[in-house]
Amino acid sequence: MARTVTPTGAGTSERVPPLRRRRRELPWPLNIYQTAVGKKYVMAGTGIGLLAFVIVHMIGNLHLYEGPTQINEYAEALRDLGGHLVPRTLILWVMRVGLLAMFVLHIHSAWSLKEISRRSSPKANWVSGNKRYAGGQDYVAVNFASRTMRWTGPIIGLYVLFHLADLTWGWWLGDGYIRGDVYHNVVESLSSIPVAIIYIVANVALAVHIYHGMWSAFQTLGVNNPRFNHLRRGLATVIAGAILVGNLSFPIMVQAGVVA
Amino acid sequence: MSTGNGSGRGAAGNGHGARLRLKLRIWRQAGPDEPGGFLDVDAHDIPEDCSFLEMLDIVNERLIDDDIEPITFAHDCREGICGTCGVMINGRPHGPESATATCQLHMRKFRDGDEIVIEPFRAASFPVVKDLMVDRRAFDRIIESGGYISAPTGTAPDANEIPVPKDVADFAMDAAACIGCGACVAACPNSAAQLFTAAKLGHLNVLPQGQPERWRRAEAMVETMESFFGSCTNHGECTEACPKEISLDFIAVLNRDYLKAKVKNRRLASQT
Repeated sequence: MARTVTPTGAGTSERVPPLRRRRRELPWPLNIYQTAVGKKYVMAGTGIGLLAFVIVHMIGNLHLYEGPTQINEYAEALRDLGGHLVPRTLILWVMRVGLLAMFVLHIHSAWSLKEISRRSSPKANWVSGNKRYAGGQDYVAVNFASRTMRWTGPIIGLYVLFHLADLTWGWWLGDGYIRGDVYHNVVESLSSIPVAIIYIVANVALAVHIYHGMWSAFQTLGVNNPRFNHLRRGLATVIAGAILVGNLSFPIMVQAGVVA
Repeated sequence: MSTGNGSGRGAAGNGHGARLRLKLRIWRQAGPDEPGGFLDVDAHDIPEDCSFLEMLDIVNERLIDDDIEPITFAHDCREGICGTCGVMINGRPHGPESATATCQLHMRKFRDGDEIVIEPFRAASFPVVKDLMVDRRAFDRIIESGGYISAPTGTAPDANEIPVPKDVADFAMDAAACIGCGACVAACPNSAAQLFTAAKLGHLNVLPQGQPERWRRAEAMVETMESFFGSCTNHGECTEACPKEISLDFIAVLNRDYLKAKVKNRRLASQT
């Protein structure tokens, strides 16, 4: 090198201050959630809980193919969980509250972590929180699923609201909604082409989200062992695929007239 | 630079390899708070046997001849072990070759007429000092918070006094290979420093010598990291960019040790 250059504006670059300082530490275990890695644990844990729900929900819905009586009895059985041991619908409500709590935590942790990344990255994208290079970045390892987590997440969130309004609260169908007649409601709703398209798009987004989310959860929870690491990606693919096929079958079969 | 081209490859006429003409787009920025922009440089007659940094040296010599201020870039050992160099080359930290630091990337990996975009590593905690040089002292803060072991001074202990299983020693060495160049942060869309921190924390936390401070270290290093950098989403870009190919497995170790550190009763830490 010909000469040594003294950085201009020396002094301004003397120190790199932390981007954020921790707030007052809350008592255990809340202090874990105050940290990014702790939030990741919560996101992974609630993600697994929500995934379990999605799997059970999909398998339960397969009763649709047995006919109106069976699916309606299945829905009734969910309200009757616990038999005569507990008040009717109590267990269902406990599960619903748990599910809601998991949703809220999953979304809150995802949002706060996105904000942390956005503030740590120059010229970050507002939705993804991802940084931008002036000359562009050439990604090597990312896949479509990992890059779109912060897009598929909100799509699934909006879809869940629509899905509740459609088949739980019956707002969408209005007079066409018959409380307790699951088979009728599903056919009534999914026979509309726009609704079927919403279900298909959202469930593709869900499968894509699970494909990265499930693999990522192993990593976040520190489940890493060279003996079975090669199975993690495969397991995530199989489960995301099974959920995709199962969930897409409902709108497609209703549209095809198999379920009518 | 070697003149005796041992491989015998491209020994044309004068014994040197071919020469390249490259279209460079180099980031120029006068200071941390100054706006930056690309400078287009027509780099002709670049020997394909020179390294990327030597190519920049040649460009700088010519800029000086033309009375233009040379491009500032960080470099030191130029043999891939110090972690000082590192720029984004065509959108990838350290360029297109895997497991290669910028100084070990050779111009023969490019073709005549190629356009090469050169940009500094970017992260909010890696402010640009000037041109391609960034301030990576945030990494020093992470190391200071726990990337060490406290050992009594005095007579050196006998070699192999502490038995370390071979698998553990190999795993620790894989992490210790980290040169702290910052490519992982540069590659990460979230600007997370998980791979660097995991490597520095992991190589001590898996070894017996690192056990006394293991939980304190995990907590302190992760929390210092979080005050500077983004949050990992397990893309895996860091591992691909890493000139030492540090594995994502260490990030899992970091996550596990951090949670354990938050839960364990440390008074009983020496009981297994």
